[in-house]
Amino acid sequence: MKTTDTSAPVPAESGLPVAEIGTTRGTAPREKKEGTVLNAFSHGILVLWAIMVVMPLLWAVMTSFKDDSSIFGSPWALPDKLHFDNWARAWTDANMSDYFLNTILVVGGSLIGTLVLGSMAAYVLARFDFPGNRFIYFLFIGGMSFPIMLALVPLFYVVNNMGLLNTIHGLILVYIAYSLPFTVFFLTAFFRTLPTSVAEAAFVDGASHSRTFFQIMLPMAKPGLISVGIFNFLGQWNQYMLPTVLNTDPDKHVLTQGLVQLAVSQGYKGDWSGLFAGLVMAMLPVLAAYIIFQRQVVQGLTAGALK
Amino acid sequence: MQHGKYRFIVGFLAVPLGLYGLFVVWPFIQSIYYSFTDWTGLSPEFKMVGFDNYKRMLHDEIFWKSLQHSLLFALVLPLVTLTLALFFAFMINVGGRRRRGGPVISGVRGSSFYKIVYFFPQVLSIAIVSLLFAFAYNPDSGAINSLLRGIGLDSLQPLWLGDPSLALWCVMAVLVWSTVGFFVVLFSAGMASIPTDLYEAALLDGADRIATFFRITLPLLWDTVQSGWVYMGILALGAESFAVVQIMTTGPGGPDYSTTVMVLYVYQKAFRDGQAAYATTIGVALLVVTLAFAAVVMRLGRRERLEF
Repeated sequence: MKTTDTSAPVPAESGLPVAEIGTTRGTAPREKKEGTVLNAFSHGILVLWAIMVVMPLLWAVMTSFKDDSSIFGSPWALPDKLHFDNWARAWTDANMSDYFLNTILVVGGSLIGTLVLGSMAAYVLARFDFPGNRFIYFLFIGGMSFPIMLALVPLFYVVNNMGLLNTIHGLILVYIAYSLPFTVFFLTAFFRTLPTSVAEAAFVDGASHSRTFFQIMLPMAKPGLISVGIFNFLGQWNQYMLPTVLNTDPDKHVLTQGLVQLAVSQGYKGDWSGLFAGLVMAMLPVLAAYIIFQRQVVQGLTAGALK
Repeated sequence: MQHGKYRFIVGFLAVPLGLYGLFVVWPFIQSIYYSFTDWTGLSPEFKMVGFDNYKRMLHDEIFWKSLQHSLLFALVLPLVTLTLALFFAFMINVGGRRRRGGPVISGVRGSSFYKIVYFFPQVLSIAIVSLLFAFAYNPDSGAINSLLRGIGLDSLQPLWLGDPSLALWCVMAVLVWSTVGFFVVLFSAGMASIPTDLYEAALLDGADRIATFFRITLPLLWDTVQSGWVYMGILALGAESFAVVQIMTTGPGGPDYSTTVMVLYVYQKAFRDGQAAYATTIGVALLVVTLAFAAVVMRLGRRERLEF
């Protein structure tokens, strides 16, 4: 698997002056000028896009420390003082703490479930020959390209009839089901790359199929599980459409829908600063985790598309 | 490895397959069946009505609008996003200044910094991004218009999401903003696997950067671009467009149905208007559009596979 850091060496350490000297000596003046213009142009655009990405995020952080009147009066002004009370209000009054707890429960449960069930199915599909193997594999893979919304209409009533509507465990089961296609797709490919000799040796030594899987194959598949785990974590943490349809009880809201609900109800309450604090509160843990685990996150998210 | 093989296979597949069948496959089959009924979703009683829902759909003006917008999403978003991402990725990885004695190809300075920053929106929920931009677009107190005022463009104060002719483009801009970084990183990884001697040969032949891009980088990256195109199109037709349109635009889907998309229309018909059967009909149309889109991209994009 390729990651970002396998790209060509970055000439950061060499610095501009060296490059300047090199080009003046080595190439014709006309070529140098053209290269410089092009270089300045392309670099300018790269910087511009970086600013466009960071600006809205910084703006949100800044706004979360302002009071309501200055949010609307002067959106770009720095806060007069740091209004930490916005954050406190969002955490308690606006139920952000509940939304966080619900999200952690739902994502925690469905992530474990997805990895366990996904790797079990993928292992069987990758390593065993049996009639219907291809059919089941493509049944799983097909789920990746179908519009989920089409299934959500009857799904609502299926979930309702089972008494799982507006429950945390119901949401967990649905998250797992909709995470399986990509997980099975990714892990099937991964299990195929693992050597067969180790499993065969274990089997000859008398280990059962399931013991071979849990004690030998799963530890060997750890890198793949981490990649697909990060992919699923972000997808499930950020999920909006499934809970919007299947989880309409305000007490059970997860972060994304809780914030949207909050934004709608601020129309009457007018606590915009609290809402911004809530938004930033929801943004920061994921951004922080991304910066810390940057390499693994990028690997996990791009791995599937490169296969 | 025959001993207990089938018992093991069944044991391992039963739960995942059961869950998947119950919550994913079965609803899909049901919804196609429901599209031929007059089921409201509110009462358990319904009867078969043949193709009535489909006939109604063909005369539904809002359906055509939503189809038009969804198609626009599926065509414009991948085009803009992938073009930008290819440009950025090329600049980051290959666009660096050539130096004597240095490597033949090199990225611009700070390339890993760009890759980290560009990827930020990808880890955020599209719901949060949509809320943030809904505020930024606010015509009176939003960040964008006050920035325009700040640099002296007082006369240029668009209504953004409130303007029927602008709203759809505002929504699309947010989707571009949030997805470009993913493809930059994806293409960067692809570009890193292109052997450097190809670039060396191109350099010896006197190719400039533009020629290098079109003759070497793009053809060798084509498979990744193509799957990225399908991936982006499916996102633009499905979940992502639902979140942005539902959260950002008034109505949602307005003003004047100017931003409504198929996936949102399915949701509204089923869960707001109590017309579940008609909603599944539009859902089936969305399914057809999605599959047709993927098939067209795979077919148009097919070329001889380049080995390197």
